Amino acid sequence: MAVEKERRNFLGFALGGFTAIGSVAALGAMKRTWDPLPSVKAAGFTKVDLSTMEENVLVVEKWRGKPIFILKKTADMKANDRDVLVGESRYLISVGLCTHLGCIPAYIPKDKNFHCACHGGMFNASGEAIKLPPEKPLEIPPFKIDGTTLVLGEEGEQFKKLKAAGEIA
Amino acid sequence: MAKIRKATSVGDWLDQRLATETIKKVMATEYWIPKNINFLWAMGMVLAVLFLLLVISGIFLLMYYKPDTALAFDSVNYTIMAEVGYGWLWRHIHAVGSSVAFLIIYIHMFTAIYYGSYKNGREMIWISGMVLFILFSTAAFSGYMLPWGQMSYWAGMVITNLFSAGSLELHGVVEWIRGDYVPGDAFLTRFFMIHVLLIPLVIMGAIGLHFGALRIPHVNNQDGEEIDFDTESAKYLAGDTKGSKVMRFQFDFLSKDIFVLGVFLVFFFYLVFYNFTFALDPVNLDPANGLKTPPHIYPEWYFLWSYEILRPFSKDAGLIAFGFAQVILVFLPFLDRSPNVAPANRRGLFAIWFWVLLIDMITLTIMGKLPPEGIFNVIGAAATWTFLGLWVVLPIITMLEKKK
Repeated sequence: MAVEKERRNFLGFALGGFTAIGSVAALGAMKRTWDPLPSVKAAGFTKVDLSTMEENVLVVEKWRGKPIFILKKTADMKANDRDVLVGESRYLISVGLCTHLGCIPAYIPKDKNFHCACHGGMFNASGEAIKLPPEKPLEIPPFKIDGTTLVLGEEGEQFKKLKAAGEIA
Repeated sequence: MAKIRKATSVGDWLDQRLATETIKKVMATEYWIPKNINFLWAMGMVLAVLFLLLVISGIFLLMYYKPDTALAFDSVNYTIMAEVGYGWLWRHIHAVGSSVAFLIIYIHMFTAIYYGSYKNGREMIWISGMVLFILFSTAAFSGYMLPWGQMSYWAGMVITNLFSAGSLELHGVVEWIRGDYVPGDAFLTRFFMIHVLLIPLVIMGAIGLHFGALRIPHVNNQDGEEIDFDTESAKYLAGDTKGSKVMRFQFDFLSKDIFVLGVFLVFFFYLVFYNFTFALDPVNLDPANGLKTPPHIYPEWYFLWSYEILRPFSKDAGLIAFGFAQVILVFLPFLDRSPNVAPANRRGLFAIWFWVLLIDMITLTIMGKLPPEGIFNVIGAAATWTFLGLWVVLPIITMLEKKK
């Protein structure tokens, strides 16, 4: 009987439709539950005094749970577009995580470069990758220079310039 | 409703209500296993018992473990190991059990590859087995996070970073998986949930599927012989137990199985009591520190071969090779183009393929443990290319194989 078949189809479509909507809504809720919490996202700003830094000595600060490399360059280290200028001094400021899989490379002051123990990658004192597997230079975090103070987490003028120059992915 | 009679025994009372006699027949006394097998056929039972040991020891560990980045390390290394009566026993069983489970899984897998137990109707056994391998890997990884030591933290960092998919730079996905910019409290609690509930539940289901997949094609035998199970089991039931090519699961097969299991358990508990340190990395006895990468990061031994495949390449190529290595084994039944079910040594070129694969995976495992320097880089790269190449030549050499 055609009429009954139509009723069954209607019930089938109605059931399928509501199930689909419910499933999508449930998946949405599950996805949101896995999102980083607001308290995690509202990471503070980290301030670092640069006036006391010594040349060729790596300082590691923590920002949003990530290590940040700050290295005051010596005069014989090549200037690089990625350098951050504070007064007369040039600095490397970068996230201290290997761009391969996120290990922290160690700084070797003698060789003036970084070694990553995990997969053997290397970076020079400007943060550029010089040995595979990492291909990209160390990432530059959003920063601002306020006199001799470095503020991490805020986009200052030099950061915007680097961004415009394509140094920041 | 069925007619209920006055029960003659407790067994009969249960049988009338639950059909226990039928269940026993179907599952055990009239579940037929070929006679022509060897001790390697007991690995499935060994794994089932290992899983049980992991569940039991896990339940006791769960009583004192605290999933919190501030408390986890001490709850494992101080409370469970030093304070709880026999806490160390559960930890050793759990750590050694997971490590040895992978050893047995690899033996189980290579047995299947050697005897061709993955094709001609047995594809689903192989595929469900590979699903179990992936699930066990997830369980091992998520469990490794829980003591929140240096290796937990940095393994968590490296493995979750794989999901940024190289140059696609999907950092949002990585942060979503972690619930944080770096592995933190949200990361630990969700991997705790995955380890103690989600994965064990799914594993139990997958074990059911794995066992179920055996029913229709039946267990393979040492010669890959196609046995008519109906005829042979009828012969057995008619009294010709010697002439039949099959035996009952209970207790014919079980008696052999339990003997092998006994030998295995002696070895296992020797490790648990006297030689457990291999499963407890000393680097993980330092609490997690997000600002200090340990000088040399390596995974547990059972992941080393696939970890080594990441190393010789640039980021993207490495990820592709790694992804390939993870999934390619699942497709073995379809890449082997020969219809022959026989031990590898009777299959011509396939015999060479088998032994090269085994030696290559052992080489990758050793190279994965050694620092990425000098000659090790060369050997590692050669072994990686060999691994990838083996899967390209497999369809060709099996197509050339003569039909038996």
